[in-house]
Amino acid sequence: MIRHLLSGADLDADTATEILDTAAEMATVAGREIKKLPALRGRTVVNLFYEDSTRTRISFEAAAKRLSADVINFSAKGSSVTKGESLKDTALTLQAMGADAVVVRHPASGAPHRLANWVDGSVVNAGDGTHEHPTQALLDAYTMRARLGRLAGLSVAVVGDVLHSRVARSNVLLLSTLGAKVTLVGPPTLIPVDIAAALAPGTDVSYDLDSVLPNVDVVMMLRVQRERMNDSYFPSAREYARRYGLDGPRMRRLPEHAIVMHPGPMNRGMEITPEVADSPRSTIVEQVTNGVSVRMAVLYLLLGGNNR
Amino acid sequence: MAYPPAARSSPPRQPSVKVILASADVQRVVDRIAHQILEKTQGAAETVLLGIPTRGAPLARRLASRISTFEDVAVPVGVLDITLYRDDLRRHATRAIGPTELPPGGIDGRRVILVDDVLFSGRTVRAALDALNDVGRPASVQLAVLVDRGHRELPIRADYVGKNIPTSLAESVKVTLAETDGTDEVKLYGGTTS
Repeated sequence: MIRHLLSGADLDADTATEILDTAAEMATVAGREIKKLPALRGRTVVNLFYEDSTRTRISFEAAAKRLSADVINFSAKGSSVTKGESLKDTALTLQAMGADAVVVRHPASGAPHRLANWVDGSVVNAGDGTHEHPTQALLDAYTMRARLGRLAGLSVAVVGDVLHSRVARSNVLLLSTLGAKVTLVGPPTLIPVDIAAALAPGTDVSYDLDSVLPNVDVVMMLRVQRERMNDSYFPSAREYARRYGLDGPRMRRLPEHAIVMHPGPMNRGMEITPEVADSPRSTIVEQVTNGVSVRMAVLYLLLGGNNR
Repeated sequence: MAYPPAARSSPPRQPSVKVILASADVQRVVDRIAHQILEKTQGAAETVLLGIPTRGAPLARRLASRISTFEDVAVPVGVLDITLYRDDLRRHATRAIGPTELPPGGIDGRRVILVDDVLFSGRTVRAALDALNDVGRPASVQLAVLVDRGHRELPIRADYVGKNIPTSLAESVKVTLAETDGTDEVKLYGGTTS
């Protein structure tokens, strides 16, 4: 078993499948009266968040608590970080407190990789800059498998701001490992040149959403970050929504069984309309539920045994 | 279980293997336990069989099918995975967890009979009792095992025992079942030939 989870590329097909299978068992706990397992009793998990986040942090916290681990939440605001403490010094402090796992979100791409060299415990990347967010990719894969029954051979369109999206990068890596075919869709300004070849050969790129929709099993919409709207990657928010937003008529062009995903938080009316977001095809709420199960599986597989 | 290779001072000796129960014996033993369950539970009313993976699960299904043959009652069967409740989780590499499937009626207020292949230290059963505690509140809990080999480390005993096998700690007992291994057999592997 791996020691850290830093990238979607850390997982081979067997390990990824083991995580998804474990998550499926963890999901049954959510249906019980007592939503608690003793597997990580006495272990300490630190949530180290240098960026704002609601669902990811809460999801990791719920996952660790359901496995009976002790959870310490650390957010950069209101901590010594505002006094200028470096990531390394913060890491050494956590180390001294005996953290068995550090779940880290950081605005700098690669920060979790650095952290993994400084601490003895396991490091889980909960999103670093514009780089990766592997547990999001795992929960997306879990959701697809739960809805469609398989991953191998699925055709997945990832639509939107691929350039800045860590969700897209991790998904391309993981889904291609698991045998799905990914097509990246968005305006040319938001899809890096050669990204498909750099991440996973076999990945397609398209600038025309309408031509892609009739042939996919999954459409994953990416959030357009508000700060990007003023950075002239596209002429206007309305034009973006017109060309790359998923609305009712576009949704009806999808095959009967296709599902619509979004990692949240959504900009309703921008990349996705309320009609689509609230339709039965949408898995947005399931993704949040599945996130807890998948993170339980990851924490258990990293910390449950003696893997040192 | 693989034997550790070489690195012994004495020349390697053939470990002795003794068949304790052959295929027909296993079936007879299962039949007897099924009868005993019917006898001790007044016809298996309000009873649920929960198998502990791996081999407890098919044993529980067999017991249920024999019980329904003998008395025409359908006993609900489930599977209770105890991996996450083990007391030695930290001593080994991470173990894969198995499925837990409770029968649709649940276990609240029922008589639960835990089913396992070998009773040894009793630690598996302790873990199962903890797991049970988290999935419901049975009226009572009993334990059925195919083989009891002794050497308990906890105050636990079985209510239904297929076969008591006196063993030494150097020996090991291996149960194989048709569902999981292709054949029904109980074998005793000795430390050395005596």
